[in-house]
Amino acid sequence: MALLEVRDLTVVFQRRGEEPFRAVDGVSFDVEPGQTVGLVGESGCGKSVTSLAIMGLLPKRGATVTGTVTYDGTDLLKLSDKQMRDKRGSELGMVFQDPLSSLNPVIPIGLQVTEVLERHRGLARKEAMIEAKNLLDKVGIPDPNRRLKEYPHQLSGGMRQRALIAIALACRPKLLIADEPTTALDVTIQAQILAVMKELVQDLGTALVMITHDLGVVAGLCDEVNVLYGGKVVEKADRHPLFAEPRHPYTHGLLASIPRLDAAPGEKLTPIRGSVADNIPWAQGCAFAPRCPNALDVCVQVTPAEEDQLGRLLRCHNPVVPGTPAAEEVPV
Amino acid sequence: MALGVSKKEKIDDLADTAGVSLAASAWKRLRRSPVFLIGATIIGIFIMVSLLSPWLAPHDPSDKMLIEQVVKARNEIPPAQPGHPLGGDLQGRDFFSRLLVGSQQTLIVGVGATLIGLTGGLILGTLAGAIGGWVDSVVMRLVDVMLSLPSLLLAFSIAAMFARPSQFTVILAVAIVQIPVFARLLRGSMLAQRHSDHVLAATALGVKKGAIVFRHMLPNSLSPVIVQSTLVLATAIIEAAALSFLGLGNPDDRIPEWGQMLGDVQNVFDTHPHLAAWPAVCIIIVALGFTLMGETLREALDPKNRR
Repeated sequence: MALLEVRDLTVVFQRRGEEPFRAVDGVSFDVEPGQTVGLVGESGCGKSVTSLAIMGLLPKRGATVTGTVTYDGTDLLKLSDKQMRDKRGSELGMVFQDPLSSLNPVIPIGLQVTEVLERHRGLARKEAMIEAKNLLDKVGIPDPNRRLKEYPHQLSGGMRQRALIAIALACRPKLLIADEPTTALDVTIQAQILAVMKELVQDLGTALVMITHDLGVVAGLCDEVNVLYGGKVVEKADRHPLFAEPRHPYTHGLLASIPRLDAAPGEKLTPIRGSVADNIPWAQGCAFAPRCPNALDVCVQVTPAEEDQLGRLLRCHNPVVPGTPAAEEVPV
Repeated sequence: MALGVSKKEKIDDLADTAGVSLAASAWKRLRRSPVFLIGATIIGIFIMVSLLSPWLAPHDPSDKMLIEQVVKARNEIPPAQPGHPLGGDLQGRDFFSRLLVGSQQTLIVGVGATLIGLTGGLILGTLAGAIGGWVDSVVMRLVDVMLSLPSLLLAFSIAAMFARPSQFTVILAVAIVQIPVFARLLRGSMLAQRHSDHVLAATALGVKKGAIVFRHMLPNSLSPVIVQSTLVLATAIIEAAALSFLGLGNPDDRIPEWGQMLGDVQNVFDTHPHLAAWPAVCIIIVALGFTLMGETLREALDPKNRR
């Protein structure tokens, strides 16, 4: 049985007097112990909301979460606030996007690490401090004894993110959700952070849900990839087939819009035209149709079902056939 | 090898000093601000004088040593004379000594009222900001009601409610008026903290609610409240003086108080304006000192001004 089974997860935001908004619309995926699963998509496709829903961090009022999130046999959505608090930090870890704003600015790093250890593992302050030092050591922070006494603003961006990873992994959670952990960092630091995460996840056997818009991160880390668009999974495949032969026009477009080192000089990038806002509701067809180079008439009439097509789960009426060149160039 | 060690130490030292905390950068800016220096100097002198006044005052402020002159000259006010630089008051007491010792009452009432008001405001603001929902609504409506009344009028009403006025009732009356200011300020910054990333991150680590409020939200919400308290000190001093002036203060006239001294000389103001001028100028200067300090502190701690 999978460690985490997300089934038909739907998050509807409703404000009084406004149309309800489906941020996440029937997302399903599994995470096996030790596996790394990617959730990929542009801003606003529902990746972060998915992670917050799994962690039970969405506001009680205004957000309706339906479906099931089965972790180790229990449905997290049915747990009480208190039961959920006990699971967070000890069994479910989370790393956020912006390492500076995710650390408490008025408390030294050390106390922020020991806080989790004292809370979940019942360690005394002294033991927790020793453990905290080991943790900082493990994530590659030099001179951990000094860093423990320092405040977040005294650390560099990369070190802050390392510290956050140390905090998230302090109690050896079985599942770690990383919400764009490298977005706020320099490219060189990104690589270091990803290497640290990869190593620790392997050492501890932690399953990882990697949420990102960066396909480079996916290529380096993920075993399985879920591509989200408009709150639905549009393509789900293992890493290699996904990158080798993207089938969904959206995935295809994402890959085509990445600058490549091996491209001929002068070759233009192919952006996906339009923006995430140019959607049609899933109920009336395919949300991606207005931006899709492959769109057919049927795409704005019938909702594409999630089907096993071409050896993977795909939600598309007219997938990209292997061997076709990238979508036609769009004048910008 | 030795070179390597010293180099490493040097790098560490540089790394230690390179990071500039908000407090450090604020202090750097304050030191260069003449306005802050003026305010701080005024406050420094004021505090020194009030602490040392029992020794600085040339005479006992309650000793009616010049009463003969008052009686002889048919209620004439003793003029300035050797040993009495500002002369005496209506009851023949040395005016200069009363002015010096009077600073004590101003300090006690100002600081006492601000501390009590701050405590009350912190409790209400934390309740409203941390719990939210109906608690927030109830507390904030209460605060709105109190803020809708002119603060001086409210202080008078509260002071007048006590059958026997004393120093404590003055402090209490002034303190209660300050509570809503602190409560609303703290609640606002607590609300901002509630939706901040690091509170979300702490929640995602399963940190308990109490720890989130007291370790993560409250310490990050305090700086505007601390700044406000220096400004409130000025208001508290003026309001306490106003209460005493109107006879709602401490009735024990052996303890000199600037507001009371002002009230005592109302009838002779047209002939002896200096008796009113001295305590009034003292009140204004001290209140100005606290305001200057508070305003520059607020500007220095405002992250928007940080460069």
